[in-house]
Amino acid sequence: MASYTPTVSIDEPRTSTGGNGVLPPSRYDGDDSGSHFFDTRLRRARLGLVVGLTGIAMIFISFTSAYIVRQGLPTLDPRTNLLLHDWFPVPLPRLLLINTVVLLISSITMELARRQTARKAALAQLASLHGVSVGAKEGISWLALTVVLGLSFLAGQWMTWRELAVSGFYVASSPSSSFVYLLTGMHGVHLLGGVVALLIAGVASVLRRAADSQFILMDVTGWYWHFMALLWLYILCLLEFAH
Amino acid sequence: MATREFAAHEAHAHAAPQGFIRKWVFSLDHKVIGLQYYFLALTAVLVGMFLSLLMRIHLIWPNITLPLLGEIKPETYLTLVTMHGTIMVFFVLTTAPQGGFGNYFLPIQIGAADMAFPVLNMLSFWVTALAFVVMLGAFFVTGGAPLHGWTGYPPLSAVPSAGPGEGPGADMWIISIALFCIGALMSALNFITTTLDMRAKGMSMMRMPLTCWAWFITAILGLLAFGVLFSAGILLLLDRNAGTSFYVPLTVFSGQIVAHKGGSPLLWQHLFWFFGHPEVYIAILPAMGLCSQLVSVFSRKPIFGYKAMVYAMLSIGLLGFMVWGHHMFMSGMSPYSAFAFSIMTMAIGVPSAIKTFNWLGTLWGGRIRLVSPMLFAIGFVSLFVSGGISGPFLAQPTLDIPLHDTAFVTGHFHLIMGVASIFGIFAATYYWFPKMFGRMMNESLARWHFWLTFVGTYCIFMPMHYAGMAGQPRRYSQFTELHYLEKLIPLNTFITFAAFVTISAQLIFVFNLFWSMKYGKKASDNPWEATTLEWTTATPPPHDNFGGHTPVVYNGPYEYGVPGAPRDYVMQTDPTTVAAH
Repeated sequence: MASYTPTVSIDEPRTSTGGNGVLPPSRYDGDDSGSHFFDTRLRRARLGLVVGLTGIAMIFISFTSAYIVRQGLPTLDPRTNLLLHDWFPVPLPRLLLINTVVLLISSITMELARRQTARKAALAQLASLHGVSVGAKEGISWLALTVVLGLSFLAGQWMTWRELAVSGFYVASSPSSSFVYLLTGMHGVHLLGGVVALLIAGVASVLRRAADSQFILMDVTGWYWHFMALLWLYILCLLEFAH
Repeated sequence: MATREFAAHEAHAHAAPQGFIRKWVFSLDHKVIGLQYYFLALTAVLVGMFLSLLMRIHLIWPNITLPLLGEIKPETYLTLVTMHGTIMVFFVLTTAPQGGFGNYFLPIQIGAADMAFPVLNMLSFWVTALAFVVMLGAFFVTGGAPLHGWTGYPPLSAVPSAGPGEGPGADMWIISIALFCIGALMSALNFITTTLDMRAKGMSMMRMPLTCWAWFITAILGLLAFGVLFSAGILLLLDRNAGTSFYVPLTVFSGQIVAHKGGSPLLWQHLFWFFGHPEVYIAILPAMGLCSQLVSVFSRKPIFGYKAMVYAMLSIGLLGFMVWGHHMFMSGMSPYSAFAFSIMTMAIGVPSAIKTFNWLGTLWGGRIRLVSPMLFAIGFVSLFVSGGISGPFLAQPTLDIPLHDTAFVTGHFHLIMGVASIFGIFAATYYWFPKMFGRMMNESLARWHFWLTFVGTYCIFMPMHYAGMAGQPRRYSQFTELHYLEKLIPLNTFITFAAFVTISAQLIFVFNLFWSMKYGKKASDNPWEATTLEWTTATPPPHDNFGGHTPVVYNGPYEYGVPGAPRDYVMQTDPTTVAAH
């Protein structure tokens, strides 16, 4: 017989792990003020960057899988009705090696720029105390140098494309040349994003915005930049060796 | 000084913006962004629903001429299929549960003042809105919207001369999808960082409401899946506009050899479904989390097996990345791969069953309060079971091959992915409306809405399974002339009338939504007597969510029916230890 009487009384012991009003130890203490706040923001920005880089990595992983799959695919020759392999490796221009060196050097200057900003942020805190004067020595702007090197890399990539076109390899010439343009292009777009972030940091520095948020921006841009350098090495190896 | 100045400026306790533009248009407040997502999805669902009605009308009266739209030609029908599917999957099922309710309630439920990156949050909404505008724009360009279905299989989608909508319309479609991916990636980044790093003191991961777990896992799936779709879309755009041959083999279209060779349409299918299958879970996981929440709140019992629920969701998410091949059994894949994909797919039945039994276990013996959110939550469980049970059928290549291109599949995925997720959205709306707008929704209208929708959707999608088994193909604009399907005409007429009634019933919901915003009964801060953090704050929540203080969490989220407690529930912020048991 159907019955709607609850068979379990709520007075019986519960099975939940509710915590019983106990406060567990926690890494993050919910304090968003004062000096804690800077650490919190830095950690949060770095975490966000790692998550974001995972997303970007997925984009290039997909391209890699397409690259490998496409290599193995035969195509039908309409004249002979035979299946042929149409994957001809593209001779990569020498210029790419110079570009690679430029990008790797820019990764070093990026790191120096990041440390420079860190020093500035630390000094800015000192300067806010009464009676402490901080020397205004600035020295070489690693940030500006990184921007220049980054733009030179992009210009070099553009020249590589021109060189490829001159030797007859256009986007649609062969499946392998499609991938050369695709991978270098997508990497270039992402590196351009890093250059834009650096320019924003540069403008913020000229406008004398808060030093600690500048540092956070420089810190995440730095890690992003190194990731882009690593990604470039990966792409270069893929294009050079995996065919 | 700099640090402190900056802290004062950037801390989320900043003053609420006053101007209309900063407050309601380019807002950084996650609550406003949540509402923006919600209303974007509401607009999209009305468009998508209208398209589905046109399809149903055309199926049973193929020769009818509609006012303004004229005669529906076969290619127009395919356009309707494509745009209905795309709009519903991306701009409704992905947008409302995650972007809408996730944005609004994730920070509040974990005790944060906002999302981790408010500017990024605003950007992700506006990119998504732009994607929607571009998508609708596809209707108005030369040739109209594309006909390649929401899955966009090449070569149809890759060759502009392949059909009337495959010109600029298809380009707009791909650009819209790519934009949507960018918005979804930014949003996923925000959700993951917020969940990991912004929980209030005492809010350990295992004290988060299951809604938060669902949003978190959904964000991880989105992060890993949308990048792949983005890449696939870029390759498709290049094939269409730069003459590359990633997807297009040497083939003949309308008597002409295409200018491509050597590409593989299967490459697209792999990339697309590597995104596409997780996408199904992106649509349904938030509804699962919400259903767990509501079943516990309205049964006045702790959720049965909290940890099991978390691990089940995690394993559904993980397995979801290993089963994309089950969409491709028809592609001529090796029977060995098909076997592997088949086994993996059926394995998803295990965590799904764990979830279902835990919902039933929570309901069992509870003091059930059958209010409208609970009705929709139970409706979700019902739809999840009836839509899910045909999953293991289709997971077997031998059964999938005859059923694949029939209405059986249409019935299956509409029940589980479409209607079940929509029920999640409805349940969330009825549950959180008082918190969002400070007023209750009209309960009798809500009940009418529930029963008409619940019975109506079953009447629409259950018969489709039978029609599919009898051989009715899907995506065909006309079947009435096929002799062997003549007997199915009455059944299809019934489905169309059921669709009329069900779609009309949604007007009750839309009316109730807007009417209650203005005339609904005033809501108290905690009308459902629930324990999670959003019910500890004012209604609607202030700009910084908790009015200047940060909550401290002492309890799990499902402390209902607590022996010895003064009320039958203990708020998560309640420090008084209840009698030991």
